[in-house]
Amino acid sequence: MDWTQYLNPLMLGAWVTIELTIYSTVFGAILAFAAGIGKLAHNPLIRAISIGYIEIFRGTSLLVQLFWLYFALPVAGQAIGIDLRLPPVAAGVLALSLNIGAYGAEVVRGAIQSVSKDQYEAAKALNFTPRMTLWRVALPQSIPEMMPPFGNLAIQNLKDTALVSLISLSDLAFRAEQLRNFTQDSTTIYTLALLMYFGLALVLTAMMKLLERFVGRWRAGAR
Amino acid sequence: MLFGIEWDTSSGWAFAVSILPILLIGMWVTIQATVLGFFIALVVGLVWAALKAAPLKIISWPAAVVTEFLRDTPLLIQLFFLYYVLPEFGITLPAFMTGALALGLQYSAYTSEVYRAGIEAVAKGQHEAARALNLSGTRTFTHIVLPQAVPRIVPAMGNYLVSIMKDVPLLSVVTVLEMLNVARIIGDRTFNYLIPLSLVGAIYLIMTLVASSGVRLLDNWLPKQGIPLK
Amino acid sequence: MTEEPIIKFDKVVKRFGDLTVLNELDFEVKKGEKVSIIGPSGSGKSTVLRILMTLEDINGGVVTVGGEPLWHEKAPDGSLKPASEAHLHKMRAQLGMVFQQFNLFPHMTVLRNITEAPVRVLGMSKKDAKDRAEELLDLVGLADQAQKYPHQLSGGQQQRVGIARALAMRPNILLFDEPTSALDPELVGEVLNVIGKLAEEHDLTMLLVTHEMRFAREVSDRVCFFDQGRIREEGAPEDLFTDPNEERTREFLQAVLDT
Repeated sequence: MDWTQYLNPLMLGAWVTIELTIYSTVFGAILAFAAGIGKLAHNPLIRAISIGYIEIFRGTSLLVQLFWLYFALPVAGQAIGIDLRLPPVAAGVLALSLNIGAYGAEVVRGAIQSVSKDQYEAAKALNFTPRMTLWRVALPQSIPEMMPPFGNLAIQNLKDTALVSLISLSDLAFRAEQLRNFTQDSTTIYTLALLMYFGLALVLTAMMKLLERFVGRWRAGAR
Repeated sequence: MLFGIEWDTSSGWAFAVSILPILLIGMWVTIQATVLGFFIALVVGLVWAALKAAPLKIISWPAAVVTEFLRDTPLLIQLFFLYYVLPEFGITLPAFMTGALALGLQYSAYTSEVYRAGIEAVAKGQHEAARALNLSGTRTFTHIVLPQAVPRIVPAMGNYLVSIMKDVPLLSVVTVLEMLNVARIIGDRTFNYLIPLSLVGAIYLIMTLVASSGVRLLDNWLPKQGIPLK
Repeated sequence: MTEEPIIKFDKVVKRFGDLTVLNELDFEVKKGEKVSIIGPSGSGKSTVLRILMTLEDINGGVVTVGGEPLWHEKAPDGSLKPASEAHLHKMRAQLGMVFQQFNLFPHMTVLRNITEAPVRVLGMSKKDAKDRAEELLDLVGLADQAQKYPHQLSGGQQQRVGIARALAMRPNILLFDEPTSALDPELVGEVLNVIGKLAEEHDLTMLLVTHEMRFAREVSDRVCFFDQGRIREEGAPEDLFTDPNEERTREFLQAVLDT
């Protein structure tokens, strides 16, 4: 096979990679906000759950988490009598989301805490309730702070999707490995795969930069 | 049986206790891979940082592209690339070395940024003072800039050390017998994945805690203004 | 017939760690009075305002606003217990504050800064809040800046928005915490003009912590000189400024007015 024939299967894989990235980044963002805000909550139970989640998923390897969800969870399910077998897509998106959510939670928490105390005092003087203050004053101001680190996390997520190939999801990495097995043409195939990931990363970076500018439009120095 | 150690499938607890030594052998491989990978990342990262700081665009620009490329592409593919492609060019490394090399290269992109940021953070005034005192470029770097840059880069480097440790399980795909691989083999043979994988997760948590605490201790021990020179 | 004071500090103690900032402070303000509070840094002036605005709690004594205790509420048996958040929320509605650093919401336009609290907290309709906001912007001389963001305005303009924002909540008592101290000298005048206008045209109770002695003299009904957590001397501006009774007051005024 000449190299142009590799493109088709690789593109199919790339499409799956893109879908995985989108799903896991979106779910991860939701988890990040939930746990990041949860870590700052007054309720000690919510705080404990958030901290537990963040520490466990930041403190262990993504691959371990993925394998656990795909191989170990069904066994746990058997023991208690429920069918907890996850299809590769579910295990993959779940592991990726949980992982990036834990890292994102620290970004969210840090950004919220970086909002100046003065803002909370102004809100209190206007008799805002604490919840109103969070949603209408603190959170909107913290979002531009989160964007640069979120951009990095999005790229990290894109790279991490490659791991789901190890539970047989047909993403770009899986297709590349399949082709290599078939043709033994490692150099060309892996170079192509690397270039495609690089291209996807550059596009993702550009999108995140645009998003960064959009959410920061009220800031001094924004154009 | 693995590494000559038998496991005991009589009960959950017995199983867990019996496979622990096997997993710990895997953990030792994990630690070795982490240290070697980190070392390579530190050295190669310094090279990138030096190249990127070069005044000649023809040197700095390719270095910038390469580090961006390393940073934006998956470690898994880089690993496969090295594992399958290097032999085609006559370089056959044991799987462990290939794995450590892949880790080192991927993270060299990150460490080069840490070097750059740490050196830039040393206030410009320091350079100017050194020049006013007529210190040579090299001496300025080794005796003024570097000692002040080190405390700044230690926390970031420490975090990458922990990250490398968490990426070591990838090496299982090229047959390196690190901890996750060992757990998976046990699971394959006993059909009980739950206990080995959960133990691996727990051991990883502990390792991460220990490593992070170590980094924090080192960070606290280093004086903020720089390494003292008598 | 003397009326109940609208603000009453009764042997109020406030400590920050080991430092006692307010030392059994007794202080009263009548309804509609314009009171200026002057004194050296650290004398507790801002702390008095912050306690009223519920930004700081107290370690002893009782603060009464509008006849009711602020930091305490009446327990069923008649004794006083520490105030709940619900009680504080109710009491806060009587007060408004203008901050030294303006503290406008940077992510909202000027108009939104003024309408947000009335809409969200008072439940005003968006239209009513907007109308009121435009009235207030007119009052402070910023009618054409409604759609600007805070970072696009000068310090003096931002502070005037801050005043409008506080007024939008219709407080009975307006607290000014060194409103012009963070401004460039040329911009101080425009803010003082607005505050002066408010003092003249409204029967709002106003408490003003300031270093602007001349302004304090013009605008106040009463001036209080704070020193080391207590009121050292108080009286009508003409009396206090021209012929202070206390040595310490004299010292302070001399140092401040000389510069």
